[in-house]
Amino acid sequence: MEKKIMLGNEAIARGAWEAGVKVSSAYPGTPSTEISESLVKYDGVYAEWAPNEKVATEVAIGACISGVRSMCCMKHVGVNVAADPLYTISYGGVNAGMVLVAADDPGLYSSQNEQDTRAVARAAHVPVLQPSDSQEAKDFMKYAFELSETYATPVILRTTTRLSHSQGLVCLEDRVVPEDKPYERNPAKYVMMPGNAKGRHIYVEQRELAMAADGASMPVNRMEMGDTRLGVITSGIEYQYVKEVLPNASILKLGLVNPLPKQMILDFAAKVDELYIIEELDPIIEEQVRAWGVSCKGKEILTVQGEYSANLLRKAILKQELELDAPAQVPARPPILCPGCPHRSVYYVLKKLGIHGAGDIGCYTLGAVAPLNVVDTTICMGASISSLHGMEKAKGKEYIKNWVAVIGDSTFMHTGINSLMNMVYNKSTGTVMILDNSTTGMTGHQDHAATGKTLKGEPTYAINIYQLCKAIGIEHVVEVNAFDVEELERVLKEETKRDAVSVIITKSPCVLLKGNVFPDKCVPVPENCKKCGLCLRPGCPALTRKEDGTISIDETMCNACGLCKQLCNFDAIRTEAK
Amino acid sequence: METKNIMIVGVGGQGTLLTSRILGGLAIQADYDVKLSEVHGMAQRGGSVVTYVRYGDSVAEPIVEEGQADVLIAFERLEAKRYAHFLKKDGVIIVNDQRMDPITVVTGAAQYPEGILEELAAKHKLYSIDAMAEAKKLGNSKVFNIIVLGVAAQHMDYAKEDWLKVIELTVPPKTVEINKKAFEVGYNR
Repeated sequence: MEKKIMLGNEAIARGAWEAGVKVSSAYPGTPSTEISESLVKYDGVYAEWAPNEKVATEVAIGACISGVRSMCCMKHVGVNVAADPLYTISYGGVNAGMVLVAADDPGLYSSQNEQDTRAVARAAHVPVLQPSDSQEAKDFMKYAFELSETYATPVILRTTTRLSHSQGLVCLEDRVVPEDKPYERNPAKYVMMPGNAKGRHIYVEQRELAMAADGASMPVNRMEMGDTRLGVITSGIEYQYVKEVLPNASILKLGLVNPLPKQMILDFAAKVDELYIIEELDPIIEEQVRAWGVSCKGKEILTVQGEYSANLLRKAILKQELELDAPAQVPARPPILCPGCPHRSVYYVLKKLGIHGAGDIGCYTLGAVAPLNVVDTTICMGASISSLHGMEKAKGKEYIKNWVAVIGDSTFMHTGINSLMNMVYNKSTGTVMILDNSTTGMTGHQDHAATGKTLKGEPTYAINIYQLCKAIGIEHVVEVNAFDVEELERVLKEETKRDAVSVIITKSPCVLLKGNVFPDKCVPVPENCKKCGLCLRPGCPALTRKEDGTISIDETMCNACGLCKQLCNFDAIRTEAK
Repeated sequence: METKNIMIVGVGGQGTLLTSRILGGLAIQADYDVKLSEVHGMAQRGGSVVTYVRYGDSVAEPIVEEGQADVLIAFERLEAKRYAHFLKKDGVIIVNDQRMDPITVVTGAAQYPEGILEELAAKHKLYSIDAMAEAKKLGNSKVFNIIVLGVAAQHMDYAKEDWLKVIELTVPPKTVEINKKAFEVGYNR
């Protein structure tokens, strides 16, 4: 059998393909993005970017009701956006199999919170599978479709950043496409009005009990009996840390973590002297096991925050004093806007004018940190616009004259548009800046409904953001080149003064976007330099001050956006061909 | 074979992913079990990045932990210092002798430490190279990471031909020749 090294996310895509999935919809979000990017390369699958996770989930629901295996993918916070359809398709159940892939982010590598999708799944009564490596990511994905069809339920495959972004060896198998399920009209199952939903709620409870009872015979749950003095219940990536630290212990490795296989857990607990439950984030397994009257150790010695590791378990369980060198005290290197990023220019102007930014989710969140310090709030996708509206309604229109909402193009298409409709409808006077860099930047350049390209790279209609804003009734919509500092300043002063809602669209493609070629570089002219440091204010990482007070520009980093040259009053920076 | 632990550290955008993929390819070619762990997303934007490569008969966790690295490949001096405590007592550290100021230094909030290489060399087996200067001599500054990998290759147990074969399979086809040349520069140091 052919073996290949694959990211967890690539293995999930492969598993879906082998399982015969025909439709997939997703919104990009670290650490889930590569699933769709990988899946779209396979023949026989339709895969798309949706504007948001709610839409993606509903697309998958429609496909599965029509009789084909379908999936949707999202990061953990995307599950919140998808919660509405998720909670109710749980009642309705599926026709062909449907899997929602949720990628959690313990350790907060690229997220705004550390929520645990298993908690959502419990509330929605949806089963959850958790693989422990790339091979299992593929195998469990296939098993998820089987479970989905056997129990007529959507299934969540939960991964975490460490699993999604680790590579391991995977055995490849062929694709087997099951026959499409016949569609039959069935309002009692698919029309969730109160009378029907009452009946389905009973069904959902019975389904969950049946799965819990069947859990012991599911191949994804297994006991690895060793030394019975110490037993561990674990799942997901945590299993690997347990294997490193406790190779001889008895382990109950759970693949299905909701619902829990109660009898199997009770049997295992009875076989071991001391029981540990090792799970990252919330004590989801632990609290249930304790509620059954089983004595165990868990969160009193292990954290609910961040990722686990073998060393963490060595200290917590084996009480080992590890002789480790202390980490060196060195300056932090936080993520920053790239050299040549069009957001830097926009933030420079906002800072100059003393304007606060109600921020949003994307690269431009980085405007919150020094030296820009412009973004004051970041909550979730789309919240910039609606929270600015809330401020105005709380404190009056004068209060927000030195505020703007700042949102990217992809985030605007995700949920920003709803908030903007609210501003128009409820007579706001705030100013919204849409930083249009023609891509979904932070997640690594994915297309969206306003870029003119599909996930497959095919040309499509590009929704015109300017026209869209006009169409919902905004009279004052201005487009400005993101690097035109003077014009930006003029427009900002004018629009923030205005007694009506207005939108400023700053346009310039992401500097890292493919095909965005920069033939030039910026070069200092030290003899003209007055050492004023104005060019350093936007915080471009390519610029540093030399010991003599003049500046140097790192030519490998510089993309010649020209912002520093534009700011210099003394012609001490020029551009030349690379 | 006991599991070997390699770490590659640097600044987002320096090509740590490409080099870890080459190391992964070598392990597969030698028929080892192998796991890699990488960083995507927000931290990639000019932040401190670290990737792990572990190979051996059977590998469980995909990360290298403190005090476990056999080889630490650092693409930048400050990042070498940041992660040096991950090295085993007899571990080897390969450093690209390059300084990239983090934003905390640019804004004056912190000082870039002096004497990093001397300090690390007093404690560990250290090999350094100004790979950026060497890469510019080859006419392509982007291949500096493969030059560093060439230096690291001297201290790892794969044959030179294996390295070249995997580089050929991993880098974009148009850049095979320049990358092979870059590897030779590092390997022949």
